Amino acid sequence: MTTFLRSVAAEFSKIFTTRLWWILAIVLFCYIGLLAGGLAALFAGIQTGVISPDAVNTGGGVTTFGSLPPLIYSFASSVGYVFPVLLGALATTGEFRHQTLTPTFLATPRRGVVLGAKTVTLILIGAGFGVVALAASVGLGGGLLSAFGVDALLLDSQTWLLVVRTLLAMGLWAAIGVGLGVLVPNQVASIVIVLAFTQFIEPLLRLAASFLEVTAQIGNFLPGAASDALVGASVFTIANPAGAAPLDWWQGGLVLLGYAVVGTVIGYAASWKKDVT
Amino acid sequence: MPTGAVIEFRNVSKRFGGVTAVNDLSFTVEPGRVTGFLGPNGAGKTTSLRILLGLVGASSGTATFGGVRYRDLPQPLETVGAALEAASFHPGRTARDHLGVYVIAAGLPRFRVMEALTQVGLAAHAGQRVGGYSLGMRQRLGLAYALLGDPGVLVLDEPINGLDPEGIRWIRGFLRDMAAEGRTVLVSSHLLSEVQQSVDDVVIIARGELVHRGPLSSLDTDAAPQTIVDSPDRDALAAALTAAGIGFSIGRTGLLAATPDPALLGHLAFTAGVELSVLHRQKAGLEDSFLALVGGGHSL
Repeated sequence: MTTFLRSVAAEFSKIFTTRLWWILAIVLFCYIGLLAGGLAALFAGIQTGVISPDAVNTGGGVTTFGSLPPLIYSFASSVGYVFPVLLGALATTGEFRHQTLTPTFLATPRRGVVLGAKTVTLILIGAGFGVVALAASVGLGGGLLSAFGVDALLLDSQTWLLVVRTLLAMGLWAAIGVGLGVLVPNQVASIVIVLAFTQFIEPLLRLAASFLEVTAQIGNFLPGAASDALVGASVFTIANPAGAAPLDWWQGGLVLLGYAVVGTVIGYAASWKKDVT
Repeated sequence: MPTGAVIEFRNVSKRFGGVTAVNDLSFTVEPGRVTGFLGPNGAGKTTSLRILLGLVGASSGTATFGGVRYRDLPQPLETVGAALEAASFHPGRTARDHLGVYVIAAGLPRFRVMEALTQVGLAAHAGQRVGGYSLGMRQRLGLAYALLGDPGVLVLDEPINGLDPEGIRWIRGFLRDMAAEGRTVLVSSHLLSEVQQSVDDVVIIARGELVHRGPLSSLDTDAAPQTIVDSPDRDALAAALTAAGIGFSIGRTGLLAATPDPALLGHLAFTAGVELSVLHRQKAGLEDSFLALVGGGHSL
């Protein structure tokens, strides 16, 4: 047990002695702040009539978006999740790329302990990224909602449930990043997969799946959909033509956990356990 | 003072796909001595050391420290210090932070970082990012990692590569001191000349197999000694040798006579009235014995 705790402490030290974590955290904050703040201002402006509905091209559709605050706050995970995945994948593939597996395994020969410690560490730092993302979406977004006179629901228990689930989701995404990193140890390939999948392939798949009832059920198990189900709100769920019921929050959490566990276990056997040459 | 354990390779083999990198390797390395682990590039030295350290799995056989496999050592860094290649660093981390990660992982006191950096002469560069280090500084940092736990056994792969002359002199003294303190020191190199001033014993492998082991002096063989002899009147000398029945060949610096005894040739020349300009015995050097053992060693 002490070996495991030492390993966790060492993994924390690895993350915080390089620059990647705070660069990603700053970009995450700016990105989510811009998106949540901008859309909060826009939607709240439309809803309160500050921005004239005539000025908005809605294609003749709705100009109400249900409850605004959860939608705005959920940008923290529905858009920000790519950051903990990247951190997890980079922290893991960096060990292969910089050959730091050698000193790591010399100090801690039990490789399963090291990978477990890395996963725990990244879950906690991923949740920390969740704090940063929520500071942007709830702080800036909520602030702007209030400024426009829309109730930011900051004292609502549902809001705080969303906050806690966002932290959980961001932690699990970082663990998925670790799993991807051991599954695809090539750092460049890993980054390409993260960006292509999260920014392009999955959104398309979710859209395509949503047109039919049966595929929509399957689409619910895509990691991004599962994450949105866990958090309980997302900009993606308001554009859901077939209207298939999303997973329950705990189901979504289990699906995310499943992705992390499956990736990590297969990757452990495929690369982590192999000869370090 | 940490005491060294005996390193023991017992019938270690390693196959990568269909290629045999190490074949049935068995030898022991004793504490209190510096042992050179020698062989040409590609002979299987690094693979053998990585098997010893549990980084590469052996196809068969065991490699142990005092009978214990590396991964079963309760406190590995305090038992064995290893420096492998010179590039196991994240370039964005400072030397102090790099070592800091591993003292945490091994549960060692934090002050060991600066002690180890001081020991290898890097204290002044502790706060510098490793990406800006020269090859020689990286070698020293690798060595500092090996020293973190003040281990009784040192396993160093090509530690002299990339060091400047001052660094080479320093590491030779360092290796001798470590062995004098009773530690087990195993140092690999593809050049005998690089380590022959510091090693007591040699283990030589070629093509993954053990070809020689013993004290350094065991390489000092005189299988076919010759004497170089020359004269301003080379024809007269040749005639005298022929008359005495001593075979010879014409070398670059004179005649290579097939006898180990310069006195015999001196007497011969004196009685034949031939003036000599060169007369000395040619000994096969350690390097020649080494090259003969590893089979020509064109890659040296």
